[in-house]
Amino acid sequence: MSFVTRGFRGRPRRTDEGARLPPGQYVTRGFPVLSAGPTPRTPLREWTFSITGEVDQPRRWTWDEFRSLPTETVTRDIHCVTKWSKFDTVWEGVSVDVLLEGVETAAEYVMAFSDGGYTTNLPLEDVTGGKAWVAFAYDSQPLEPEHGGPARLLVPHLYFWKSAKWVRGLRLMAEDGPGFWETYGYHMYGDPWREQRYSGD
Amino acid sequence: MVEETPRVRSLVLAVPDWRGHRAGQHVDVRLTAEDGYQALRSYSIASAPEDGQRVTLTVERLDDGEVSPYLVDEVRVGDRLELRGPIGGYFVWEAEKTAPLLLVAGGSGVCLLMAMLRHWAASASAVPTRLLYSSRSLRDVIYRDELGRLGAAGDGLEVILTLTREQPAAWTGFARRIDREMLTEVACPTERLPLTFLCGPTTVVEAAADLLVELGHDATRIKTERFGPTGG
Repeated sequence: MSFVTRGFRGRPRRTDEGARLPPGQYVTRGFPVLSAGPTPRTPLREWTFSITGEVDQPRRWTWDEFRSLPTETVTRDIHCVTKWSKFDTVWEGVSVDVLLEGVETAAEYVMAFSDGGYTTNLPLEDVTGGKAWVAFAYDSQPLEPEHGGPARLLVPHLYFWKSAKWVRGLRLMAEDGPGFWETYGYHMYGDPWREQRYSGD
Repeated sequence: MVEETPRVRSLVLAVPDWRGHRAGQHVDVRLTAEDGYQALRSYSIASAPEDGQRVTLTVERLDDGEVSPYLVDEVRVGDRLELRGPIGGYFVWEAEKTAPLLLVAGGSGVCLLMAMLRHWAASASAVPTRLLYSSRSLRDVIYRDELGRLGAAGDGLEVILTLTREQPAAWTGFARRIDREMLTEVACPTERLPLTFLCGPTTVVEAAADLLVELGHDATRIKTERFGPTGG
């Protein structure tokens, strides 16, 4: 159980931020980069995005085809499991609802997969209904490779490791299964408001 | 407590029910103020698994930090801290791995890699190991004496410093940021399939990881742990 840490005062609290900040987080004005390995660099002429797995008809878009789809610009707060949160980040991307439009499936989960081998699992309902995008621009600029460019998954309501960088597709699955960080002890779902950082939380 | 450099301090914690850890893991430290406010931060475990129930955290004071100034300047012997861990399972090295080991550290990134080096030493590992450690000056080198001893022991570890801003008189070592030529000299031939761990500010790690891949190293054998925003 928690005890008071002798002598610790903490920063003066900003009341306007309090309600927006999930438990255990602090606000950053920067944009930290975290990753498990070297940054993948797939040329755009080789890039594709796929919907695969438990679907009647798999789909695939080239970069040009992907960039012809309708896009949205959204402003969201994002929360990293390493404790930093960043408010009002602005992204442009294609809604996952658009990518899944007309897809016939009984699957309830997806595994997002990326260049470099990264994966992360999510319930299908957490990437649909206006909750997720495949984002190609941040702050009105093309998404930089270090931040996941040319395109990353964006799922702001969950910890940001679920917003897979360098995303290349979604594989629909009947059952949930752990992706990369989930295999290493991170939470299967990852709700920042319930502080679901690690398995067992 | 050990004052490593003017800005960096190591806290040696006795953790009675500690179940052990692997080199490269970290802990979450939770601090609670009197009004109930809590701050949570992650710190690398700098000690070897062989240290038993003693866990060492090395903390650098960040000027605008909320937690690090407290841990570096305020904490006294006998204080109690709340820890959760060990956490992480990807960026770990165990002495059972026999591939040559390359550790590349930028600044306080060395703290996480130090757990691997200490584990290497404590397990009397025969794995040929190199640490390339980039620091602004000799004064900022963390664990300086210990690294000197380990490197001089001739057991198969080489410690290579590069001092990027200030060098002492008669310095014959590297005196610049990590670059292609330096990595070509320091990294072992790609055919020997080394395992590489990089830890430090993202600017340093990104550049070095990219260079290693360009030099032909297998990206799947390169693990990175970074902190800080792009563009420094």
